[in-house]
Amino acid sequence: MTKKKSSFEETKIPLQEIETNSSRRKFLTYAGLSTVLAAASCRKSVLEDVLDGKNPFHDQKDTVNLGSGDVGILNYAYALEQLEAAFYIMVSKNFYAGISSKEKIYLEDIRDHEIAHREFFKKVLGSSAIRALEVDFSTINFKSRESVLGTAKAFEDLGVSAYNGAGELLKSADNLLLAGKIVSVEARHAATLRDLIQYGSFADNTVVDQMGLDVFRKPPEVLQIASTYIKTKINANNLPTS
Amino acid sequence: MNLHNIINEIEKADPEVYGRLDGRRAAVKKLTSFTGKVALSAVPIAFGSLLKKAYGQSVSPQIIEVLNFALTLEYLEAEFYSRGLERGGLITNDVDRAALETIRMHEQQHVTFLQTTIKSLGGMPVAMPTFDFTAKGTFPAVFTNYQIFLAVAQVFEDTGVRAYKGQAGNLMSNNEILRAALRIHSVEGRHASHIREMRNRNFGAPVQPWITLNKSGIEGVSAAAAAAVQPSYNGEELVVQAGINIVGINGFDISAEDASEAFDEPLTKMQVLAIVKPFIV
Repeated sequence: MTKKKSSFEETKIPLQEIETNSSRRKFLTYAGLSTVLAAASCRKSVLEDVLDGKNPFHDQKDTVNLGSGDVGILNYAYALEQLEAAFYIMVSKNFYAGISSKEKIYLEDIRDHEIAHREFFKKVLGSSAIRALEVDFSTINFKSRESVLGTAKAFEDLGVSAYNGAGELLKSADNLLLAGKIVSVEARHAATLRDLIQYGSFADNTVVDQMGLDVFRKPPEVLQIASTYIKTKINANNLPTS
Repeated sequence: MNLHNIINEIEKADPEVYGRLDGRRAAVKKLTSFTGKVALSAVPIAFGSLLKKAYGQSVSPQIIEVLNFALTLEYLEAEFYSRGLERGGLITNDVDRAALETIRMHEQQHVTFLQTTIKSLGGMPVAMPTFDFTAKGTFPAVFTNYQIFLAVAQVFEDTGVRAYKGQAGNLMSNNEILRAALRIHSVEGRHASHIREMRNRNFGAPVQPWITLNKSGIEGVSAAAAAAVQPSYNGEELVVQAGINIVGINGFDISAEDASEAFDEPLTKMQVLAIVKPFIV
């Protein structure tokens, strides 16, 4: 017993040293600890609810709950696909001035792919599907090529990172395969938009690291980034974390 | 997922864990002294390696097999781009050269990453095969005709995407490996997108960054080339996902072309090996 205890301490102390050194943030991110940090921010909103006299475990009218398990992850993907589809529908309703025919064809194709993804998740989730989210595109200038393509690129890179981080949270191999079928299309979109903005930036070092690996993000971080564009509050507290 | 929690969880499942790890004091110290000298992102893999040492055969041989399969494909791609980039007069445009160098770099990084990971899991990385990029004479001008070079590049990238996708399910028992494979998979998707765009911009090839139905868009290069690469595109025309028809889904104007483009399809290991077989001496 004493032996076990001492070896436990030896295991633990160096880890604490890592957490206090200057590389802490980077280490946390790479070790997947960002989930823990994000969980802390979830607790904050629970606290706010309590302080406001609300029940934090009962969703308000303007909140959707993604649910748990694979359903939760599929709803999470559905939420992101809703955001993307809504964005491209807005873009293609009134294209920015001077759009090239290639850009128009690509943006319309991407819109149709995102609608296909959104409707697929809606149908596959059936009665477990979250409702339609209310989006907020007030920070986007749809008349500006730079704003539209820049936002599209950000959404696609975010989508790729979200699917890359969510695969391991799925329990069913069928669902993992479905996510895999979609993420490579999102990667094609991301590369396309990057090439439209700056030809040759399809996989630059802002998204691919020195080991040749693409970005991945866990759900709390993705939802935090996406929250700028989604009015509806999303409760992701029941999503699997490993 | 945090290392303390993992260790706590392991302790619950296996009270002997510290006993097992005790003999691995050096490994623990090595793991926990990663503060920048070693790539930080290697930490999860190093941790997997530590567990492997504590639990012996806990990493399934199937995972090593999948990683070696992936390594073979990465060798194929890395070597293909290297030979093309070294060939005088093939890639004459600086913008194209830069893009192909970026792609080659990623493929080489994937080779290194997979070799390192296989070794850290206690496996033996396969050696690089000898390649014949003419595919036994199907593409005799692969390094002298840029149009053919890019067509073969497209087939390798699109096939690579399908190959990784087909293996994801076999990696589910190891989150770190699955995550790494997915992160390579999407990089291959980015490459495929760009190569297709290069073919369209350089030669007006009838391709977009995404795959439409089961079309390779290589018919214009030669009928023989198109026939040879068709197995890399068969099955991409699928429009029914999880029993749901995507064409016209929920009343939306989604054509069969859109539906097929919106979902990339997997290939089995057997299918991929049949596709790459002509390129291996």
